[in-house]
Amino acid sequence: MTDYKIHLLICGGTGCKAAESDEIKKQLKHWIEEVGLEDEAQVVFTGCFGFCEKGPIVKVLPDNTFYVGVTPADAEDIVKEHLIKGRTVPRLLYKDPITNQQISDSKGMDFYKKQTRIALRNCGFINPESIDEYISRDGYAAMGKCLTEYSPEETIKEIKESGLRGRGGGGFPTGLKWEITRKSEADQKYVVCNADEGDPGAFMDRSILEGDPHSVIEAMAICGYCIGADKGLVYIRAEYPLAIERLKTALNQAREYGLLGDDILGTGFNFEIEIRLGAGAFVCGEETALIHSMEGLRGEPTFKPPFPSVSGYLGKPTNVNNVETFANIPVIINKGASWFNKIGTENSKGTKVFALAGKINNVGLIEVPMGTTLREVIYDIGGGIKDGKGFKSVQTGGPSGGCLTKDFLDTPIDYDNLLAAGSMMGSGGMIVMDEGDCMVGIAKFYLEFTLEESCGKCSPCRIGNKRLYEILEKITNGNGEEVDIERLKLLSNVIKDTSLCGLGQTSPNPVLSTILNFEDEYLAHVNEKKCPSGQCKALLKYDIIEDLCTGCTLCFRNCPVGAITGERRQPHYIDQLLCIKCGVCYEKCKFNAIKLS
Amino acid sequence: MPKIKLAENTIQIIKDVCAEFNNSEGELINVLHKVQHKLGYLPAEVQEVIAKELNASVAKVYGVVTFYSFFTMIPKGEFPISICMGTACYVRGAEQVLSEFKRQLKVEVGESTNDGKFSLNCLRCVGACGLAPVVMVGEKVFGRVAPTQVKQIIAEYREGCPSEVAKSA
Repeated sequence: MTDYKIHLLICGGTGCKAAESDEIKKQLKHWIEEVGLEDEAQVVFTGCFGFCEKGPIVKVLPDNTFYVGVTPADAEDIVKEHLIKGRTVPRLLYKDPITNQQISDSKGMDFYKKQTRIALRNCGFINPESIDEYISRDGYAAMGKCLTEYSPEETIKEIKESGLRGRGGGGFPTGLKWEITRKSEADQKYVVCNADEGDPGAFMDRSILEGDPHSVIEAMAICGYCIGADKGLVYIRAEYPLAIERLKTALNQAREYGLLGDDILGTGFNFEIEIRLGAGAFVCGEETALIHSMEGLRGEPTFKPPFPSVSGYLGKPTNVNNVETFANIPVIINKGASWFNKIGTENSKGTKVFALAGKINNVGLIEVPMGTTLREVIYDIGGGIKDGKGFKSVQTGGPSGGCLTKDFLDTPIDYDNLLAAGSMMGSGGMIVMDEGDCMVGIAKFYLEFTLEESCGKCSPCRIGNKRLYEILEKITNGNGEEVDIERLKLLSNVIKDTSLCGLGQTSPNPVLSTILNFEDEYLAHVNEKKCPSGQCKALLKYDIIEDLCTGCTLCFRNCPVGAITGERRQPHYIDQLLCIKCGVCYEKCKFNAIKLS
Repeated sequence: MPKIKLAENTIQIIKDVCAEFNNSEGELINVLHKVQHKLGYLPAEVQEVIAKELNASVAKVYGVVTFYSFFTMIPKGEFPISICMGTACYVRGAEQVLSEFKRQLKVEVGESTNDGKFSLNCLRCVGACGLAPVVMVGEKVFGRVAPTQVKQIIAEYREGCPSEVAKSA
């Protein structure tokens, strides 16, 4: 950073931008000029701080004050109070929900205390649109080291020793993948970065590209050097316009600095990166489907082998890694494999980024060492369940993963433990659910997603998932029989065993894991025709308790379909045939006179 | 059935885009992105021109257009409304928000209102999970939307003064 004495870092990630961080930046600049501090203080857009729940976030350096929930109207106070008078603005400080104490330094917050940031090391610290700031934090040092000191074999050996495994879901050892691609002989090879983050509820790849795009560019170049490729492609979702923009800016800067292009750093190594846009298809997260999509075809997977490392893009050996995997590479090279492999568990080294979302107090992006327990993540970092409700389940691995109960809260998180528990690591979405969520409904929700996203190439996935969905629909509509649960299990296992690609092979996981862990809920639906959490509308019935109804007409006036009748000051009635079970009357009634059964 | 003919300048726009990508079949997805960006949607007539320019079959172009959810063959409304149905939004009540939009606009997902003002769609995760449930109207993101706010959001866009709603959201 330049000679400014004060830096105001404001989150420029998608989440905070949606909450007007552009306007906050403008207002901060305006007030800084107003008070004549424009040569002293600088306002900088950074990547995601991770603490999305409390966004937009403004951090003031050098004193590290962390303001949360800032609005454009607060800009004046931040400038006049903090910058001029040196007093923090108490109302914008984070309040610890347990001790009720205000904390001004982010290092003191539980949310950050248990985190170890490797892949997210620069997110929220640097201006992602400035290559100089990246370089000032050891940026491109790893690439320089590889090109000038290490041979490709030595670099691959380092990555292998680090124990880094693919962060996109499968967990394949990264160094091994590079080695296989290196050994494939061809006149042309490719490095592909998979930024097609399709898992709903996961946004780590987007945040890394928005907050630290150079780390991915640097790692792709290192990979190119190792496997003998001079061309890289980033396959990114078209739904991520900001990430695309930042990546383009970063690519141009890297070219200007001679860190991409021909004869990089005078070593004779050439490397260039192109961007390819996805068009909204979850299945394109699968390597072979992704490659077909880049070739301009329908994103349908093909049988492996041959693996992309032997025959991939345009039939040439192609190394595909995801964004988070790449973001780890420069740190491993800089600090050494022996530093990296001390973090984590025996078979899962390093850290993992999780997108914490759902019914949790601190929604956000976090990075923890492998081996951290779910309890630490949900209660210490995540601040527990929203509205003081009880924990019911945590879903990991997205549509391919499963729902874990409270029995698994003390399980250390790593690839193998999650698999053993009937779920998987996936790309790192972590959705927390409370007592109010119906697990049959959740399974149906994921299946609906899979149905829409199934490419239709193989019949187990195309037809099987549809049948699974229909059985679940039957159950949630109150027409299920006990034998349906057995049918679900049987069909799920057939789909898993016979589908062509990872999407179909894992799509029944949400069904199987909810049956395994919440069988009583399924039984309540089929036997008693009851939804224990009151989510399945078809199984609900709203009634007015005559004794409690005062005849205030509030429900009558709010009912969207005119299903409620009654005279003023007389008990009202709900016509069950007209009722659409929207629950408006239940919410509006001030006398608790509406009964849910 | 009489054949719909595209205007000459529309055809020219498509041809220019194809030329920009060297009329290469491998660039089909990039071509479709750009053409949809310029024309708003990709009806069959447009696909025919693209197929001819890239020397590909119409079936292939159609296959790609219908495979990806980003491409659409029907025009979107003046204010396209997208409800995020990612898991984070789902567990925070996106379904109720969606059904309220359907009820208020009297359209199903994928349809447009008769006056062409609004179209309704679902999307999977914009990645603003901290603001769940999320609704997008055009480029503008509304966070923490409650079903009770739906009426107001629609009303303000209908009256053509979106900035005020945006501020209150």
